[in-house]
Amino acid sequence: MAEFHRKLERNAIGFVLAIVVVASIGGFVEIAPLFTIDETVEDVPDMRVYTPLELAGRNIYIREGCYACHSQMIRTLRDEVERYGPYSLAVESKYDHPMLWGSKRTGPDLARIGGKYSDAWHVAHLTNPRDVVVESVMPKYGWLNRNTQRTDDLGDHLLAQRRVGVPYTDEMIANATNDAYGQTAPDSEFATGVAERYGEATQIRSFDADATRVTEMDALVAYLQILGHLTDAAYKQAAMAGEAAK
Amino acid sequence: MDVGDRDPVTGQLTTGHEWNGITELYTPVPRIVFFFLFVTILFSIVYWVLMPAWPLGWTYTKGILGFDQKAVVQSQLAEAGAEQSAWTSRIDGMDYAAIQADPELMKIVHEAGATLFGDNCAVCHGTGGTGGKGFPDLTAGAWLWGGEPEAIAETLRVGINAPHEETRVSQMLSFGRDGILVRDQIDDVVGYVQSLGPSAAAAHDEEALARGAEVFAGNCAACHGEDAKGNRDLGAPNLTDASWIYGGDRQSITSTVYSGHQGLMPSWEQRLTPTQRKILTLYVLGLSGETQ
Repeated sequence: MAEFHRKLERNAIGFVLAIVVVASIGGFVEIAPLFTIDETVEDVPDMRVYTPLELAGRNIYIREGCYACHSQMIRTLRDEVERYGPYSLAVESKYDHPMLWGSKRTGPDLARIGGKYSDAWHVAHLTNPRDVVVESVMPKYGWLNRNTQRTDDLGDHLLAQRRVGVPYTDEMIANATNDAYGQTAPDSEFATGVAERYGEATQIRSFDADATRVTEMDALVAYLQILGHLTDAAYKQAAMAGEAAK
Repeated sequence: MDVGDRDPVTGQLTTGHEWNGITELYTPVPRIVFFFLFVTILFSIVYWVLMPAWPLGWTYTKGILGFDQKAVVQSQLAEAGAEQSAWTSRIDGMDYAAIQADPELMKIVHEAGATLFGDNCAVCHGTGGTGGKGFPDLTAGAWLWGGEPEAIAETLRVGINAPHEETRVSQMLSFGRDGILVRDQIDDVVGYVQSLGPSAAAAHDEEALARGAEVFAGNCAACHGEDAKGNRDLGAPNLTDASWIYGGDRQSITSTVYSGHQGLMPSWEQRLTPTQRKILTLYVLGLSGETQ
C-alpha cells in the first residue's frame, strides 16, 4: 500500500486523476441519488407555468440582482411562517430555472409577495423606495418605467425553459410575443389568448398604469404579483395542518 | 534517502522525499487531530441512524427518531396558538366596544397590532399610518367606507378593488380622458371643489364657481353627494375636509378629475386570521385616536 502510494504521488497526472475519483465519490453517493427521489417534490396538478411576461420579469429580477438581497424561500421556522405565510414547498419552485431561493435577506422574503400589495405600490416603490417606505435602503429602479420590454425573443426564452423541463406547448412558444403584450392590455384582441393558454386565473392588466406599451416595469411587477400564486398548495397544506392540530 | 533517514543536523526523521538534494523533516499530524477526526466520524454514524440522512435513489433513510422539521414547525405554531389563546379567545369572543373598554386587552392589541401593522400595512400606509400619495392616511379619521370597527374589519377582509369575490369596488372616473368633461368644465369644477375645503382660498371668480357647482351637480354629486361630503356606501371621499388621498392642490385635483383613480387595497382574508384582522382593526382605530 505504501509502495503504491509512493508511486502514485510521484506521478502528477495519476495523482490528479486519483483525487478526482475520490472527490466524486461523495457526489455520486450523496447527491446523484437525490435526483431520482420523487417524494421530496409534492405532486400538484394545478401548478401553472410563468407567462412570457412573467418570465421576462423574472429575467429582470435576475439581471438587477434582486436575489442578492431578497430570498424566495420561507423556511420551516415559526417566525417566518408567522410573518410571511405558509412555508415554501419544493413544488413551488419546480419551474424556476435557475431557482431564486437566495441566501441572504437585506430586504424581506418575496416568496408570497404576489397580491400582498397593489401594482401602484410596486411601481412607486421600484421607482423610488423612499417615497413609500421612508426607512428603506433599497436602490431605485426608475429606468424600468422608461425601458421598453423586449418581447420579440420571448419565444426563445420559453423554448430554453422547455429544454430544461418546463411544459410550455408549441402554441405558447409561437404566441409568446403576443401573449406578453396581451397580458398588459386586457381590452386588446391578444388578451383572450393569454387566458386560454395560461388559465383564467392569469392576471391580465396594465401593471404600470401605462397601457400604451409594455415596459420592463410591467414585466417585473407582473412577476412579483404572481410570486406565491402559481399554486395554492402551500395554503391548502397549511390549512389542513392547522385543522389537524385542532 | 528514504523514510527513516535522519537529518544529520537535528537528528530528526525525514519524510524521505528529496528535491534536488533538499529533504524535509518528518513532523507528523498531532494525535489529537486524529482523535477528533474519529469522534466526528462516530458522531455522523450515530446521526445517520437517528436522523433523515441518506438518499437511496427512490427514497431516503428517515432515521429512527422520525424527525421532520415540517411537523416541528406545525407543533410550534400550535403551541404558540395555545399560549396566546388566553387572550385571543377573549378577543374573539368580545365585541369591539368591550375590548376597547378593557385596558389590559388593549395593551395586548397595541403590541400585537404594531407587529401586524408593520409586517403588512406599513409599507403602504406608513409606519405611523399616515399614508402617502395614493395611500390613505389612517390617522385622519377620513374613512372612505366608514369608521365603525365593523366597516374597517370588512375592508381588511375583502379589500377594495381587490381580487376577492366580495371586494368593495370604487372608481373615480376619468372625466377628462374619457371625454365626459371638456377642459373648461374641469377647470371650473376643480375650482369649485377647492372652494369646498376648510383651507379654501379667499378670492374666487363667482361666475366660475357657479359654473363649477353646476358641473359638480351634474357629474360628481351622484357619488360624492350634493353636499360633497362623500358617500361611504360607494367609497366616495368627502371633498369638504382637509384630507386628500392624491393631493389637494390644483394640479393634483385636476389630474384626478382628468384621468381618474382606482386605488387598490388588498384583501387580507387569506393572509390574516379573523383574530389578527380584529386586532388590526382596533389598532388602526387607535391610530386615528377614535375610541368609539
